[in-house]
Amino acid sequence: MVKYNKSLIAFIIPVALLLLLAIAAPYIVPYDPYAQSLHEALLPPDTMHWLGTDRYGRDIFSRVLIGAQTTILSSLLLLIIIAGFGSLIGIICGYHGGQLDSIIMRISDIFLAFPGMVFAIAVAGVLGGGILNAVAALALIAWPKYARLARSLVLTICHMPYMNAARMSGTGSVGMIRHHVFPNIAGPILVTAALDIGTIIMELAGLSFLGLGAMPPMAEWGSMMSNGRSMLQTAPWVIISPGCAIFLTVAAFNLLGDKIRDMFDPKQQEG
Amino acid sequence: MGKFIGMRLLQLIPILIGITFLSFALMHSAEGDAVDVFYDRSGAVADEVKAIKRAELGLDKPFLTQYMNWVFGIATGNMGRSFISNKLVFETFADKLPATIELMVISMLFTICIATPLGILAAVRQNALTDNLIRFCSFIGNSLPNFLVALLLIYFFALKLNLLPIMGNAEDWKSIILPAVTLTISMGAKYTRQIRAIVLDELEKPYVIGARARGVSEGTILCKSVLKTVLITIITLLALSIGSLLGGTAIVESIFLWDGVGKMAVDAILMRDYPIIQAYVIWMAIIYVVINLSADLLYHYLDPRIRLNRKEE
Repeated sequence: MVKYNKSLIAFIIPVALLLLLAIAAPYIVPYDPYAQSLHEALLPPDTMHWLGTDRYGRDIFSRVLIGAQTTILSSLLLLIIIAGFGSLIGIICGYHGGQLDSIIMRISDIFLAFPGMVFAIAVAGVLGGGILNAVAALALIAWPKYARLARSLVLTICHMPYMNAARMSGTGSVGMIRHHVFPNIAGPILVTAALDIGTIIMELAGLSFLGLGAMPPMAEWGSMMSNGRSMLQTAPWVIISPGCAIFLTVAAFNLLGDKIRDMFDPKQQEG
Repeated sequence: MGKFIGMRLLQLIPILIGITFLSFALMHSAEGDAVDVFYDRSGAVADEVKAIKRAELGLDKPFLTQYMNWVFGIATGNMGRSFISNKLVFETFADKLPATIELMVISMLFTICIATPLGILAAVRQNALTDNLIRFCSFIGNSLPNFLVALLLIYFFALKLNLLPIMGNAEDWKSIILPAVTLTISMGAKYTRQIRAIVLDELEKPYVIGARARGVSEGTILCKSVLKTVLITIITLLALSIGSLLGGTAIVESIFLWDGVGKMAVDAILMRDYPIIQAYVIWMAIIYVVINLSADLLYHYLDPRIRLNRKEE
């Protein structure tokens, strides 16, 4: 276990750096990411503007930094919503059982019957643009996964001797869930969440790319790439920088996710 | 088997009701109804005119009545007309669907052709250089969003090297290559890893060890026994990934201007053409559910042991 924890740090560092960058972004940007100056439009990368400028003359480096805040923080928000809310529902269903359980599980069946992005695209379309609406659209479709997972985990531990012992010694429902159910199922949920962040970042950026997420002029990686589409031939740096930012962020989170999975479940470890 | 199919079909009914209800409620909650959208496009119109039109279309009836009428309409293939083109929604959808299916089938074929050999190779050369190289590539492929892949492919293969057309659906068969490769990269990355895991699992089974002991060559074991199991698993994997593929085509189609249902939906959303969006969501969900069901049945048919597992559940 000690060996694992040591190497875990190597995987946490890139993610921690990214989070730090995202939080510190407003204080370290070299230029105002929203300041337009048309005579500096579409400059290729140089020493003044490290990643060049976009068609309104805005500094792309600054926009990528600020975009980290939008993209990473909204993805984490989405993850916390679906993992928190979904697991809570799953725990209640699994613990309570009966009619409530079967009704909620039938509802989750219906949500699971929709192909995820298809439904999210439609919901985001109906709600209109805006990063929070995109988060809501993806949350609406993604919670059943966690509800299912949490419910099945609760059902497996429900009749363990320590659960019966706690129940017999008079622990109430809330206490049971807080002290006995939740700590015992948190591991697998955490692993699933860690493996999910990469996909979530890509899906949110994808919605913004389609014009269904972050609205201009907000700096967000997906919508920055969408803006650069028409200038792909003349100014490829406009899409390459935010594109690389998405790729590196997703890769960093995926590496950490794989590592966490291996830690919790060494049997599944590859190789 | 017959009983199993019957039960699965029965389970489909509440799901279908749920899908239609949810899609209807979603569009119903959108701002402005069909009449508002229709008349606001052609200039301001008195509220009385709108009210008459609403009564004509049945939009003044209670929510549930409207829902019932609408479901009846879907069942008979009548989903109303597009707000923009005034064409029948069902026809528009049926027109665009073949292009999307073509794209999906081609990219799935690409995926199988690439991921199966790579996955098997990685498993056979476990932990050797080849394995690590394949793992590295699949990791990269897994972390690349498909819109980035699409734009990079366009930049290099269409704009710089001028090898392939950017946008498609013309008679030119080459136009499908870039969109299909885009979809293949992320899917192939996932499959390679999963196939590797299955093959590794399979290679440890007693029958493989037995075959080895009898002197059957490694190649024969792989081709005759292991490949069979792998193919069964690939069917499930494909069915499971139909969902993400259907969503992925929306982005890829609108980048490559591929004239399928995904591009149709994205365009419809930007124009607030609700009947089209509704048709898209519903039919995609129905296709998804039906494909999953057929995959289940096929899986069941190919590997009868699964029946036992089902009963235990």
